Amino acid sequence: MFRIDFNKLRFLICDDNPHMRRILRTLLHSFGAREAYEAEDGATALEMYTHYVPDIVITDWSMPIFDGLELAQMIRQPESKGNPYAPIIMLTGHSEKRRVTVARDAGVTEFLAKPISAKGLYQRILNVVASPRPFIKTKTYFGPDRRRNTNNTYIGPERRIGGEVEVLQQPSLLDKARSSI
Amino acid sequence: MAKEKPAEIKVKAFGTHYVITQPNPLRKVLRRVDERDLDDPVARAEEALAGLSGEFKDWMQVESARLTAAHAAILKSGFNDKAAEELFRAAHDIKGDAATFGYPSAAVAAESLCRIIEHAPELEKVPPELIKHHINAIQAIVHNHTRLDSTKVATELGRRLRGVADEYLMHVNRDRPEHLEAIMAPSIVPAE
Repeated sequence: MFRIDFNKLRFLICDDNPHMRRILRTLLHSFGAREAYEAEDGATALEMYTHYVPDIVITDWSMPIFDGLELAQMIRQPESKGNPYAPIIMLTGHSEKRRVTVARDAGVTEFLAKPISAKGLYQRILNVVASPRPFIKTKTYFGPDRRRNTNNTYIGPERRIGGEVEVLQQPSLLDKARSSI
Repeated sequence: MAKEKPAEIKVKAFGTHYVITQPNPLRKVLRRVDERDLDDPVARAEEALAGLSGEFKDWMQVESARLTAAHAAILKSGFNDKAAEELFRAAHDIKGDAATFGYPSAAVAAESLCRIIEHAPELEKVPPELIKHHINAIQAIVHNHTRLDSTKVATELGRRLRGVADEYLMHVNRDRPEHLEAIMAPSIVPAE
């Protein structure tokens, strides 16, 4: 059996509702966490993200001005200042299935619909710590693999195509120029 | 965890995508324990949550007051983007929080109100009584019922509001299939 040493994890909580932040703080501290930073909007969270380098982000979706979805998209920018690979758990009152898809496509790692439970939150944290998924980069997406399971027999419309390719390293013009001198 | 040197990242290129893997940087926080280990972090957290419960009534009253104020602003000045957004946010927060605070019927009523705001083609044309009944129901549940909220009245009230709201939304969205699909889709919230 495995346990998580929560005192070794650094969390960033982002929610505009102070009551929900209090609940999350209480749950995380009860799990054993000692570092849990809080932001009440996405913009502040993004600033704290680059400053404190949290291991895990827990964010609400619906917030004024800069919401949780935009926060996830900003974190997942490959060229961003911070770490684009950190797990993002979206905790939200939105309860429609299509929302899960939208969050997933923004690069969210785990989705947890409210009402919040200690067990649900613990399970999501365990998922991201013990079973991290590889990241996928396409022309339109950068984030955790959106497939939970690998099915090599899938032939549906969204099947990834193309086998592994050899990337040919082309010398830069500068290198070519230097070699010709 | 202290800031550490980033682990080596491996990139595999495919025809349409790259697969990027790195050794799990959070692996170090996992430790193996004996099956007989009695430490239960979830139980500890649930106990801590129960310890907060004395404040839940006050919190619900704050949330309910915010909803009432948002509705009053609409009654005064009509629906504009800002007023509609504030009403939605107030209802959305109650929808997400009320069950945790012990008011699941208020969450049902708030969810019904959120659906009206999200899916009504024109908010100005929503019957004012429909919105008012939702607001009044939430207020009544918060102020007149116990935190356990197990009364049949509160549950029935939430159910009926949802039924009336859904009937209205299905009618006004009969030519908007994407909204109809969202209205009829099942919720992802686990049943109790």
